[in-house]
Amino acid sequence: MSDNSTLSELDRPNSYIGRSVPRPNIRRLLEGRGTYTDDIVLPRMAHVAFHRSPHAHAMIKSINSEAAAQVPGVIRIVTGRELAEVMTPWVGVLSHLAGMKSAPQHAIAVNQVCWQGEAVAAVVAENRAVAEDGVELIEVEYDELPVVADMETALDEGTHVIHPELGDNLIFQRELDVGDVDAAFAEADEVVEETYRFGRHTGVTTEPRIIIADYEPAEDNLTVYLSSQAPHMMKNLYAKHLDMEEDKVRVICKDVGGSFGIKVHTYADEMATVALSKLLKRPVKFLADRLESFVTDIHARDHRVKIRLGIKKDGTITGMEFDDLTGVGPYSMYPRTSGIEANQVVVLTGGPYTFKNYRAKATVVALNLNLMCQYRAVGHPIACAIAEGIVDDAARAIGMDPAEVRRKNLIPDDAYPYIANSGLTYEKLSHHQCLDKLLEMMDYDGLRQEQAELREKGVYRGIGLASMIEVTNPSPMFYGAGGAFISAQDGVTVRMDHNGGVTASTSITEQGQGADAITAQIVASSVGVDIEKVRVVSGDTEVTPYGGGTWASRATGIGGEAALRAGKQLRQNIKVIAGAMLQAEPDTLDVQGGTVVDIDTGKERLALSEVGRVVYFRGDTLPKDLQPELVVSRHYVPKEFPFTFTNGIQAFHVEVDTDTGFVKLLKCWVVEDCGTVINPQLVDGQIRGGVIQGVGGAMLEHCIYDDNGQLQNANMADYMVPMAVEMPDIEIAHCSSPTKDSELGAKGAGEAGTCGAPGAVMNAINDALSPLSAKVNNMPFTPEKVLKALGKV
Amino acid sequence: MSTLYPVTVTVNGSPVTRHVEARLSLSDFLRQELELTGTHVGCEQGVCGACTVRLDGRITRSCLVFAVQADGGEIETVEGLSDNGEIDDLQTAFHERNALQCGYCTPGMLITANELLKKNPSASRAEIREELSGNYCRCTGYHAIVDAVETTGRQRQGGAK
Amino acid sequence: MKAPSFDYVKVQSLPELLGVLVERGDDAKIIAGGQSLVPTLNMRLSAPEILIDINGLEELKGIAVADGYLRIGALTRHYELGRSDEVAAHAPLLAQALPHIAHEAIRSRGTFGGSIANADPAAELPACLLALRGRLVIAGQNGERTVDVADFFHGLYETAIEPEEVLVAAEIPVLGGGERAAFDELVMRHGDYAIVGLAAMAKADGEILSDVRLSFFSVEGKPVLAAAAADAVNGKPLNEEVLQAAQAALENDLDPLSDLYNTAATKLHLARVLTGRVLSKLASGGA
Ligand SMILES: Cc1cc2nc3c(=O)[nH]c(=O)nc-3n(C[C@H](O)[C@H](O)[C@H](O)COP(=O)(O)OP(=O)(O)OC[C@H]3O[C@@H](n4cnc5c(N)ncnc54)[C@H](O)[C@@H]3O)c2cc1C
Ligand code: FES
Ligand code: FES
Repeated sequence: MSDNSTLSELDRPNSYIGRSVPRPNIRRLLEGRGTYTDDIVLPRMAHVAFHRSPHAHAMIKSINSEAAAQVPGVIRIVTGRELAEVMTPWVGVLSHLAGMKSAPQHAIAVNQVCWQGEAVAAVVAENRAVAEDGVELIEVEYDELPVVADMETALDEGTHVIHPELGDNLIFQRELDVGDVDAAFAEADEVVEETYRFGRHTGVTTEPRIIIADYEPAEDNLTVYLSSQAPHMMKNLYAKHLDMEEDKVRVICKDVGGSFGIKVHTYADEMATVALSKLLKRPVKFLADRLESFVTDIHARDHRVKIRLGIKKDGTITGMEFDDLTGVGPYSMYPRTSGIEANQVVVLTGGPYTFKNYRAKATVVALNLNLMCQYRAVGHPIACAIAEGIVDDAARAIGMDPAEVRRKNLIPDDAYPYIANSGLTYEKLSHHQCLDKLLEMMDYDGLRQEQAELREKGVYRGIGLASMIEVTNPSPMFYGAGGAFISAQDGVTVRMDHNGGVTASTSITEQGQGADAITAQIVASSVGVDIEKVRVVSGDTEVTPYGGGTWASRATGIGGEAALRAGKQLRQNIKVIAGAMLQAEPDTLDVQGGTVVDIDTGKERLALSEVGRVVYFRGDTLPKDLQPELVVSRHYVPKEFPFTFTNGIQAFHVEVDTDTGFVKLLKCWVVEDCGTVINPQLVDGQIRGGVIQGVGGAMLEHCIYDDNGQLQNANMADYMVPMAVEMPDIEIAHCSSPTKDSELGAKGAGEAGTCGAPGAVMNAINDALSPLSAKVNNMPFTPEKVLKALGKV
Repeated sequence: MSTLYPVTVTVNGSPVTRHVEARLSLSDFLRQELELTGTHVGCEQGVCGACTVRLDGRITRSCLVFAVQADGGEIETVEGLSDNGEIDDLQTAFHERNALQCGYCTPGMLITANELLKKNPSASRAEIREELSGNYCRCTGYHAIVDAVETTGRQRQGGAK
Repeated sequence: MKAPSFDYVKVQSLPELLGVLVERGDDAKIIAGGQSLVPTLNMRLSAPEILIDINGLEELKGIAVADGYLRIGALTRHYELGRSDEVAAHAPLLAQALPHIAHEAIRSRGTFGGSIANADPAAELPACLLALRGRLVIAGQNGERTVDVADFFHGLYETAIEPEEVLVAAEIPVLGGGERAAFDELVMRHGDYAIVGLAAMAKADGEILSDVRLSFFSVEGKPVLAAAAADAVNGKPLNEEVLQAAQAALENDLDPLSDLYNTAATKLHLARVLTGRVLSKLASGGA
């Protein structure tokens, strides 16, 4: 191996890539010594609490804050009208989502409140308790308006229009018609149809949303500490809406207590906090407490989909058609919009299969309910569940085993690149390999046999499969093309210090998924140092390269590639310097384990600390024409494909108590192909966490609104998240089809679990219920819904 | 400002006295008055378990106790249990198994799991899941946490022999 | 979610407590374990001017057996109840119910008396007390009085305790010969309040049950005894037919309230399922 270029970057000696390295830098969190934003205290920091509208829709007639202002410790009370003088409103549309419309949204409502929980006035006080004392004393007179709370009637003639200037309550519509669906159904032996419903749910990050805005008037600087996934995006938006120079804004994300897409949006109350800091010229802190988080953290899902699928007796799917309706908030969320989830449903549904006749329609309407936007796996759980659900129906209709129907229709593993019905290209997927692996891992045949035996005894167990594709590593086609300043590229700067230590600053962000660890692994491997020698800096717009952050399963695939490229170049630079010091050709050298070695023999030549010493303190001893560069930046943006698709398959095994309607989740299996796996343990962690989040939506989680737009269960006791004892163990295996778009070959893996779980759980329940001719189709599947399906109540 | 009440408690072995409002929760007292920010607050209604500490030897939701009520009491937080090494093995197992992602639930999870293992180091996976069922984790899906607790239990049993 | 401002006093004796209660009347609120009260304070659903901490009252502590009764002090913590030999021996129904109440960290502080006084319709202990034919000892300015559990629970969070009174203890007849206990509940998540729960007692003579008490919780605004269902079972060998008769009779016994996730019809159905399960347990020797 004398030619360095033949040595793959990924399996260099001592490579950390592909190893389950424990995450560096988390012992802090284990000892309670992390720094979450709520742990930060700044001098003169004030606290804001908001008076929030109790009505879902009303005009504000008057606000009386006299009594509140008298409360000792209250600093200032600010209404929407006052705040609007400091901060401009925004409109959540993207130009490439044709026809999308939304109304301007203010940080604090000015005239009209459009959902229960919208902020109406801010009370800034010395501490949070006093701020809440003030909030209680604010009196607001409202003129109530008709509440639009039902998506089915939101577009009807007589329905009140939330924003009259927009003409109607339609936010966005998308249609896709490929092939000849009518002919496909005519050709089918069976056409099955079903209507599926997906309840609204929300992210419930354990750490609530939190922000500290610190405006410093002397230099017109704004520093914002934010629990967020996309600091650069927010920096731009603060500057834009406060009419500041963007260079004067710095956003810092310390430890983030979970995000899952919740913390990547422009929340009105956070924008208000930033504006208040500017207004008051002092730091202001806002934490959305658990009562507030349920009515203001974005919600997601809430879809009703009518779907039809044609199938031949031999199991060939001929075509599919569906109509998706989703009711979002009164405003489209800024800047990512509330149209993406529906758009994803159109793009992704049926994506694993070969059928060519496809007709899809998605309609997004405005409601007087809390805003909806992108939450982990955006659209995927719906796309996956409706397709997998109807495929199982079709299998039952023709009397074929569900695994067999999938085998028959999944895109063959040798058919790539493959152009999907959406027009997007799948570079390389592995559906069949994953299916085979899954069936073997779970002992599918054994379980089927056990199922049959138990049924004889009145025990109803079910097995549910869900094949899926996932969109990861989005290119600028996702948001940038629509005019949003949301970067699809990421950058990493690596710097070697005199002692051979390496610091990597990256534009991707850490929220527990292990972005810092992965960056460290890649940098350590590509530079050639021990991982202990690498420090990672992230989440600070002042000191990291510009980039997108962490969302849409992009951090590893994009930020990881930037890290690889930066690390490689630093190694090259080191070799040039070492070559000069050793009178050797750089190409005869390598860096391994923190030492410059002979590439052929592995013989140690020079410690990196020696290179560092000479570069930083004895540059005079190096050749005059050699300018050593031990800082390197590299960036990466996916270019070849708009998205990198991944695939996988999940299975759930459940037991339904047909007396009570309770469903016990016995076990879950996942086979996932996310290309190159940098750290298997971290990927598995993402999958397991994602699966349980998906199970939450399928079984428990539901934002229950009444007809007046009042959220009925806006607290942690009544909104049910999955807890340990009801959740199953999850067994995971991997296939690997690396993307060739990057040298690293990594695809995303952050959302796959959430994507497949709801469909797999649903199919398992329906498989269990099938001998009883019962079926559920309305998530979450509470005991009552199961009992209703069984005709018992 | 309303009345301030004296509170004297022993926290992680050291006595401290503060004067606080009666409405100050023990969790806010620890976090704000004593700057022991390892105790996290996730719901302030006793449901999530992030604020779990040990009060007079028993695990307790610090969001559901007022600091004044703890007067004269003994409190141990994740910082103290880290310093005295009591949960070192559990922390190591959590680290190695990646039983934490964002880490927000972790202090409460560790303290609860430690309590279980003290009573029953041979707890089964089902028992571990049941005992941890009052501690919410959104990130991990629990599986890795159960693994780490199970491993630590086995080690402790081995060590006890 | 910060509690509104209030004064605080930790009383040292029963007379002191009663004095403060009289003095501050409706402005005062007793805090025992705080596991139900503090969430409502943090959510500002309740705003007392003064919180009276009774955790120092020795008079309200302790578990003892005397004169055929098991006396449980109001300040007995849930965990103490769970590990008490007296309770296990004389009121096994309570011991069975206990693991279903919340979680260990909440059981560390939550009190027996707090749970009874709070009268949450979904709480386990009030229903147990009803099935156990307990009585409540209440202290006020005029000394102590005893209220039979049948007269104690008035409705949603309402009891016979007057604003100037305090619950001192509950007294439960010790387990009689041939008496059995069984408990079951249906919960979405372990430790949650139940969708429907059933605490039951009966005398058993082989397969034949008598003096059956089926005490349901989380069905109506207060725990309720299903008399007609009990009648359907009393004195008969428990077979499928008898079970079905009991389940059918529940229609006359229960008038379920719907909740966020369940209609009244679902609750009635689940109550029937539990009835079948719990009666079978009783007949087969208790859980
Ligand atoms: C997350 C969570 C889950 C829970 N799950 C359950 C569950 O599944 N089942 C269940 O039963 N409970 C549950 N609880 C409630 C718990 O059991 C409480 O401990 C109990 O209901 C109240 O007891 P306490 O001592 O905490 O009362 P406190 O909260 O102190 O008081 C409750 C009320 O009773 C009054 N009070 C208290 N003691 C007396 C007295 N001696 N005399 C007169 N009035 C008095 C108070 O003034 C107050 O109005 C849960 C609590 C939490 C936080
Ligand atoms: S903050 Fe105390 S239990 Fe959630
Ligand atoms: S690790 Fe994030 S909540 Fe548990």
